Amino acid sequence: MSAIPAALATATALAATGALAGLGLPYRLRVAVVGVLTAGVGVAGGTAGVAALGGSRWRAVYSGLVPLAGAHVAVDALAGLFMAVAGAVLAAVAVYGIGYATGHGAHGLGSRTAQAVLPVFALSLVLVPVAAAVSTFLLLWELMALTSLFLVLAEHRGGHLPLGRSRERGSPSVRQAGTWYAVMTHLGLVLLLAGFALFAAQAGGETFATLRAGAHGIPPTVRGLVFVLVALAFTSKAGAVPLHAWLPRAHPEAPSPVSALMSAAMVNLGIYGLVRTGLDLLGGGPAWWWLGLLAMGGASAVYGILQAAMASDLKRLLAYSTSENMGLVLTGVGASGLFAAHGDKPLAALALAAALLHVVNHAAFKALLFCAAGSVLRATGLRDLDRLGGLRARMPVTAALFALAALGAVALPPGNGFISEWLLLQSLVHGLAVPGVAVAVVLPLSVALIALSTGIAAAVFVKALGVGFFARPRDERAAAAREAPPLMLAGMTLLAAGVVALALVPGLLGHGLDRAVGAVGLPGSGALTWGGLGVRLTDISARLEPLWVVAALTAAIVLATGLPRLYGRRRRRVNARLWDCGGGAPTPRMTYTATSFAEPLQRVFDDVLAPEQDVDVTPVRESAYLVERVRFQHRVPDRIEHRLYEPVLRALASTGRAARRLAGGSVHLYLGYGFAGLVVLLLALVVGW
Amino acid sequence: MRNTIGYAAVVGQVVVLAAGAPLLTGWMRQVRARLEGRAGAGVLQPWRDTRKLLRKEPITPVGTGPAFRAAPALLVATTVVAGALVPLLSTDTPVSGHADLIVVVALVSLGTLALALAGLDTGTAFGGMGASREMTVASLVEPTLLLSVFALSIPAGTTNVPAIVSGAIHSPARLASPAGLLAVAALAVAVLAETSRIPVDNPSTHLELTMIHEAMVLEYAGPDLALVELGAQMRLTLLLGLLSSLFVPWGIATGLSWTSLVVAAVLFAVKVAVLGAVLAAAEVFWAKVRLFRVPELLAGSFLLALLAVTASYFLNGAS
Amino acid sequence: MGLLRKIRTTGRVAEPAPPRPEGQVQPSARQLGGSVQVRCVDAGSCNGCEIEIAAAFNPVYDAERYGARQVASPRHADVALVTGPVTRNMAAPLRRTVAAMGEPRLVVAVGDCAINCGEFAGGYGVEGAVADVVPVDLAVPGCPPEPEAIVAALRRVTGR
Repeated sequence: MSAIPAALATATALAATGALAGLGLPYRLRVAVVGVLTAGVGVAGGTAGVAALGGSRWRAVYSGLVPLAGAHVAVDALAGLFMAVAGAVLAAVAVYGIGYATGHGAHGLGSRTAQAVLPVFALSLVLVPVAAAVSTFLLLWELMALTSLFLVLAEHRGGHLPLGRSRERGSPSVRQAGTWYAVMTHLGLVLLLAGFALFAAQAGGETFATLRAGAHGIPPTVRGLVFVLVALAFTSKAGAVPLHAWLPRAHPEAPSPVSALMSAAMVNLGIYGLVRTGLDLLGGGPAWWWLGLLAMGGASAVYGILQAAMASDLKRLLAYSTSENMGLVLTGVGASGLFAAHGDKPLAALALAAALLHVVNHAAFKALLFCAAGSVLRATGLRDLDRLGGLRARMPVTAALFALAALGAVALPPGNGFISEWLLLQSLVHGLAVPGVAVAVVLPLSVALIALSTGIAAAVFVKALGVGFFARPRDERAAAAREAPPLMLAGMTLLAAGVVALALVPGLLGHGLDRAVGAVGLPGSGALTWGGLGVRLTDISARLEPLWVVAALTAAIVLATGLPRLYGRRRRRVNARLWDCGGGAPTPRMTYTATSFAEPLQRVFDDVLAPEQDVDVTPVRESAYLVERVRFQHRVPDRIEHRLYEPVLRALASTGRAARRLAGGSVHLYLGYGFAGLVVLLLALVVGW
Repeated sequence: MRNTIGYAAVVGQVVVLAAGAPLLTGWMRQVRARLEGRAGAGVLQPWRDTRKLLRKEPITPVGTGPAFRAAPALLVATTVVAGALVPLLSTDTPVSGHADLIVVVALVSLGTLALALAGLDTGTAFGGMGASREMTVASLVEPTLLLSVFALSIPAGTTNVPAIVSGAIHSPARLASPAGLLAVAALAVAVLAETSRIPVDNPSTHLELTMIHEAMVLEYAGPDLALVELGAQMRLTLLLGLLSSLFVPWGIATGLSWTSLVVAAVLFAVKVAVLGAVLAAAEVFWAKVRLFRVPELLAGSFLLALLAVTASYFLNGAS
Repeated sequence: MGLLRKIRTTGRVAEPAPPRPEGQVQPSARQLGGSVQVRCVDAGSCNGCEIEIAAAFNPVYDAERYGARQVASPRHADVALVTGPVTRNMAAPLRRTVAAMGEPRLVVAVGDCAINCGEFAGGYGVEGAVADVVPVDLAVPGCPPEPEAIVAALRRVTGR
């Protein structure tokens, strides 16, 4: 029972030491010490999470820690799940980060600020699920947002160049990403603050226990308002469409270990917040809440993966894929709430279990993908798939690990993503048992959107792996790539071990997942009896045993390679040059690039993506018929950003400009404003009372 | 005894699939040849081709890696596993509990994906072009397959193929329902696309610029090519077999007896041969669709599948 | 339905097969066992031979019934069907094409130009006959050779 507080205390102590070490130690020591301490935070937090998943619970109040309210903390299995995921990712990524920051010199991630902030960010990732009161939660939430913002900005001087190359003077894209992230995350905070304030005022207290107890006494409209406010904030953190705009900017621009942490641990907390408030504190709600979530989930899944298909920036592609996967998770959460609203608790439990399992799986493969992308970036200074290529021969381990994680991401067996998507699809297919027209309309659509996103995901990751790592280098920097240093490989191998374990024996998670689902008041064990290995559902006849699939595939591969050899006339395998249609060796420029790979898909989804094309022909001065230069520009903008955000931004800017006239610089005028304001206020008071 | 017959059924399915696939291709070419007024090379020709390719010299093009080497075996292996799972001959096998439709569809997609990666691995323009087109088609076909599968699994209450098939044998009304018919149409188009047949792709084209599947495998030679061709033929047989199992399930052994297994094998051969003949005849009448018209066709079939699922939800939800 | 009627009324147009070329089979083609994949290379021909090759594979002559099939890549091919005198620009591509084919492989020179440069002998752009560039296993004389002759040569490779 005392494992959780001890582990959490250790994590806090390690993080504090890490922050001091980051500030105080010289560069060479700093990176290693902070890395080890951050990994320690991860291990300690993970241990606490695993203990909670094992059935331990813990709650405490530290009245002196937060002014007025005191810090309320509690750990149950749901919190435990997210802590365990964050902890595991942290431990592996911190090891990776030592290697990553070492190569960079004292800038970027290795800088004093970044290294001091990193352990605090790590701690906040572990501690957010621990909060058990609104004030505590919001404080930790904001701590997480601020520390991550610092880390996103770590490479604002263009830190991702390999050693020995001249640095750009400042990277505008990093600054822009930082601005977007800062604004959107704080708008989210405002929404959270408003939602929780309303909730707490109505429930008569701000601890989660009071909220839970008081939730049912709140009028339905207010409850709905609370849910909408809170859900908007949390889905924005999870990167769901249309509130995703910050994600494809901030995740690629952050240093890769930070991208991994953000994509694999931080976005999860958006899901955590949603499940905690929606299903636990508010105790579920009417169907329209969940239909909204389902719509958002479906839209994110398809839109995210479509944008990923168009992206030729490797990290941007991964960031959009995060949006897609969070869409899948949201679909699971939405379905769960919808089933619960219709009173089918076992099915609700199944859908939630699928969503949570996907959170875990996504964390594992996405952290690995970002780390592998980071290795590529560090070795070549490139994120542009159109310039990469040929890394399979130059960075074999990284390429193999990327392939492993990509297999998880395409949701095909034997990858780990397949298991959770399978479970999610099962829960939706069996949603038929739930009556209601809305269900009958929405569930097939959700299934269709998930199916579509899986189909496109296959193309996306074939592109990422096939164009980025296979074939031949399209740039001299890619040709000069070297394998990542051992520490980075070690961190990635840890993550890979997690991916493999999740893919082969997801049953290990069974009881923990049951308890996590049980923590929101759904029957954990009714619908879910997880066998020692694999997924078995008792009242639904469907079975998936990943180990069996892998064994069968292996046997079949042995058969398929062995039998022809028995027959064949054992000729020696010869090497031959590539078939070049007889025209001489093809140059790397002739190979298919990521953009050309995605072109047919872009044509298919032309109406959704609305690509922009710009041809600029400059004739020579003497004659209009002789062309001197043709400039061709092609861009697939984020259309939602284009349509939704830009008008708002423009309106804001014009109001700002209009308001500037009010500030003429004259003190008399300002005094006049103050006087007028006071008068208006007093008049309002007189009229009001 | 019980287990013996069960395992015999599994082995039988795999053997029928592997041995029958080239025969089916030969049969389809023969039907086509006769309709075109030709004499035709005979049903056994694909087996002769395979035998010859296995005897030829294996070639590794310089610059290709493990993905290129492993893809042919993986293509065949995924089809073999899927073939062992799908109830082509019997619904009651030791592995029928694992025969989940989502897994089967995913395995087929895995084969496609492996070949697309191999195409990109060569680093040639044609390899990349083929991979790009194949993945575009696959990214629309896979959802259609999944959806039409769901339309069928909803009335059965499970995604387990043998359960769906045996359910359909016992209550054939399910197949004639609107959902069932829509699903057939959608699945049929998806099967054409997945197996690279006309109107989506032309399996006998020599023009690189019109190729989808062929462009990816231009670099394969000898035994590797034999596996690729065998894999493609097996996929065609598997998907036609799946189509026939789902929509014409009669004759598939539901119990455990040798006679029913033999009857099932014969009926399977007949059903697939008829389907193959229809497909080959249709290919004589159709022309290949322009590449950028293909997505419209696939989107249409996706829509049909969605309609099938919705119909299925409504019809079964009401009852 | 017009096509259907056409198919019914036309019936089989393939001419009856001439007798099997017993004993004339190329020794190096024995291991092919009745299956031959053909890759055509136009090394500088006037396209007369190409028309005849196309005719050899049409429904009337139907070379496919003897196990020969045209393919898109020399990697898939066993036989290179080379036409025309080899021009300077096509000499290296021809060598590369033949080198890209896996063993066992054969080269069939189709038409007089391929055998001895024919009409174009001594032309400034002509490198030589096919045999000057790659080893030739079989030759089909004629300017252009008739489809029967091409089919007969292919049957000496397929053995059917």
